[in-house]
Amino acid sequence: MYVTALNIITGTSLTEYLMGIRGYVILTSHLGYLLEGALLTLKITALSVAFGMLLGLFFGLFKMSGSRILRFLAAVYIDFFRGTPLFVQILLMYFGVLPLVLTETSPFQAAVITCSLNSGAYIAEIVRAGIQAVDKGQMEAARSLGMNHVQAMWLVILPQAYKIVIPPLINEFIMLLKDTSLVSTIAAEELTHRGRLVYSTYYEAVWVWGGVAMIYLIMTKVLSILGDYVERRLATE
Amino acid sequence: MIEVRDLHKSFGHLKVLKGINCHIAPREVVCVIGPSGSGKSTFLRCINQLEQVDSGQIFIDGQELTNPKTDINKVRQQLGMVFQLFNLFPHRTTLQNITMAPIRIKGMKKQDAEDMAIELLRKVGLVDKASVFPAQLSGGQKQRVAIARALAMQPKAMLFDEPTSSLDPEMVGEVLAVMKDLAFEGMTMVVVTHEMGFAREVSDRVFFMDEGLIVEEGLPSQIFDDPQNPRTQSFLSKVL
Repeated sequence: MYVTALNIITGTSLTEYLMGIRGYVILTSHLGYLLEGALLTLKITALSVAFGMLLGLFFGLFKMSGSRILRFLAAVYIDFFRGTPLFVQILLMYFGVLPLVLTETSPFQAAVITCSLNSGAYIAEIVRAGIQAVDKGQMEAARSLGMNHVQAMWLVILPQAYKIVIPPLINEFIMLLKDTSLVSTIAAEELTHRGRLVYSTYYEAVWVWGGVAMIYLIMTKVLSILGDYVERRLATE
Repeated sequence: MIEVRDLHKSFGHLKVLKGINCHIAPREVVCVIGPSGSGKSTFLRCINQLEQVDSGQIFIDGQELTNPKTDINKVRQQLGMVFQLFNLFPHRTTLQNITMAPIRIKGMKKQDAEDMAIELLRKVGLVDKASVFPAQLSGGQKQRVAIARALAMQPKAMLFDEPTSSLDPEMVGEVLAVMKDLAFEGMTMVVVTHEMGFAREVSDRVFFMDEGLIVEEGLPSQIFDDPQNPRTQSFLSKVL
């Protein structure tokens, strides 16, 4: 009797009405759980970016080195990690490579290692482009003063290249943050993985996945605002 | 001081230097003139190995530069180079531009290097610009700082690669004045230039280059007033 009355007034059945509230309640009651996942997402991203920058710096320099062996090594590394899907790299690392070298492996470890190697390859190309964008007269001036190649790189070229490199680097961070969602496949308990757990318990697709998407959006937005700020600071220097 | 024997250099198929021979004595000022594309700049850049030579020998103070065993960085410290486009380090102040190499390469104390840099800036008339970044300097000022930077390594000779060619006309004079002072102090100098007035007035000898060779050389008065080679005559008739 009541149900029929509600049906007539709102045009929705009570079941539908309650289902809407249900999704909202499920999302809000699991928000803490999802945010913990987001924290792990940030942790994987931050570590991978740090290691990736180190890898990228060295392999970027190797790519331009006078040594043929170093150039070849860098080319193989960069080609492999840019030329194959990150998803496949994660599976290969977690199920294939890591068990060969380590007795105990964790999804977190595999996630950080794979994402570091992957972003390192992209950052290597960013570093190379940045160095090549520095006027070649700078290297000549440094060398003409008697600096060797390493001194000239370190004292003259890199301090100028880093400004050129920062905008694409921040872009790479944002890409990487989103790409860490792929490690959910090896059950690293980051945001996407936790989203999947909540979803498969309650089947509230719009609320759960919409909420997960929003959390990603907030994180990437904060990063890009930070990036704009840094860029502006550098421009005025 | 600088000796060059049968120097050859090509870029791909293009032969730029086709056998340069010369000997430059200590305290001598040599100006290299000639049409663009004649190989003047390449010749100068070969002297401190910014370009690798194909064949031939270069000696600096009896040390063979073209010998692979020679420590090229050591020899380059004895040769100051000034570029057409200044090539100051934009991320460092004027003072730091000058002190960087003495501190980092020679291991000079920071205080000593700064004292010397101030002295050099006084010499080029820019003491008041010590803490300024290159972007805030005019072209002429940049080039004077570049000269001071090269002098800071206390080189035995200075190489100038068209030092006034990218300057506004009113700034050419201030740079040439600094170079003139340097010449009168007895610095060995090789100057690639289009400033014929400077070449005539300051140089001890003039090289005229065309198509990768030193076609004619002599005292400035000989080259400018009584050129023997028809190519020299034709070039000078166009520029004078």
